[in-house]
Amino acid sequence: MIVIIDYGMGNLGSVLNMLKKVGAEATISSDPRILVSAQKLILPGVGAFDNGMKCLTKSGLIDVLREKVLRQETPILGICLGLQLFTKMSEEGSFPGLGWIDAETIRFQFSSESNGLKIPHMGWNELTIKREDSLFTGFEASPRFYFVHSYHVRCNNQDDILAECFYGINFTAAIRHRNIWGTQFHSEKSHKFGIKLLKNFTQMT
Amino acid sequence: MLLPRVMPCLLLRGTGLVKTIKFNDPTYVGDPRNAIKIFNEKEVDELVLLDITATIEKREPNYNLISEITSECFMPLTYGGGIRDLHHIEKILKLGVEKVSINSYAVENPEFITRAAEAFGSQTVVVSIDVKSSPKGKNETYIYGGRKNIGLDPVIFARQMENAGAGDILLNSIDRDGTMKGYDLDMIRRVTEAIRIPVIACGGASSIEDIGKAVKEGGASAAAAGSMFVFHGRHRAVLISFPKYKELERIFN
Repeated sequence: MIVIIDYGMGNLGSVLNMLKKVGAEATISSDPRILVSAQKLILPGVGAFDNGMKCLTKSGLIDVLREKVLRQETPILGICLGLQLFTKMSEEGSFPGLGWIDAETIRFQFSSESNGLKIPHMGWNELTIKREDSLFTGFEASPRFYFVHSYHVRCNNQDDILAECFYGINFTAAIRHRNIWGTQFHSEKSHKFGIKLLKNFTQMT
Repeated sequence: MLLPRVMPCLLLRGTGLVKTIKFNDPTYVGDPRNAIKIFNEKEVDELVLLDITATIEKREPNYNLISEITSECFMPLTYGGGIRDLHHIEKILKLGVEKVSINSYAVENPEFITRAAEAFGSQTVVVSIDVKSSPKGKNETYIYGGRKNIGLDPVIFARQMENAGAGDILLNSIDRDGTMKGYDLDMIRRVTEAIRIPVIACGGASSIEDIGKAVKEGGASAAAAGSMFVFHGRHRAVLISFPKYKELERIFN
């Protein structure tokens, strides 16, 4: 069973709809007992960093998540803000992040020659896959995904970077650190590419 | 690279999809669930679904229908029609919709846009502005499905909505709606030059070249179209289509 973590942030319905589409057994839950039994976890999220950490803390799920992710090494996929919460901190807020990956979340800074680029980075953009991983099994050279974000993740460990995307600068679009995966883009809204990626996540062993 | 967003704009009337001409004469074009499935297969970037009678009939969005649509919609979806409360937005987002579009109520209660942006993030809040030209050629903002002129220049209204916290402006030309005579580029340019948030041009597209012009000449960040994606040929036979990614790349590069 894949559990989509309900902590009051994000578009959980879309994620569940697409997991159903790929034939995975999945549920949305904020119940620690259900989370404990999860074979895989998904942490979605839309909104502000501090609000995300606040909601996650308030949900009382952080301890059970730490146990699952850090000790039992249950695979987890963070989506958008979900990924950013894995980092140590964000320029968007003052709360510390979960700190599960050696990375920070920073705001897009554009030099004068890239003026005219709007923030948020919103729309479909192509990825450059940096290294082989089961998350991107069977993908063509530059798959497209849907992004909506003003902040992005900067990894201190280059090996954690799975894919990059270009928007004024090259930024990290997907990461993997051990059993922790994260995508800045929204697979759940990226039709055939998203279906493939989520299918890969549900099928990895 | 990031391509400008291109999105079919579908009009809901009751439980069926229609296409209008200048906001009148709705022609039935099909079942929304079926249309969404086809747009999925065609790998559409994004969709806009507007319930054009909800506000006039003073009713809330049709949540059951929205839920049936989102269960098959694997692309970003903007829903508009009948939204007058934060709870309406919350319900809609829970069903798997990304953004909500607000039109009449943004005029009646601009503060609502601010509260919606604070609660759900600016990127979730689209304000749609319907524009018609007066006989003297002045751009004027309309609400209630093009029925009521509020006597405000869309440039000024767009600026107010940007300040209120809107994330996108869906800029609709009533004069061009369903005519397939091309976008009203002058009007689009006036608005895009006045604000920094993305403008989605809508109304009048007949070809991929029109879409290219809305972006390159009009300064729009995205382009929406109705007739172009649902009609085929001179007799306006209903046939859903969407340009291939390669064609869009060509037109924008």
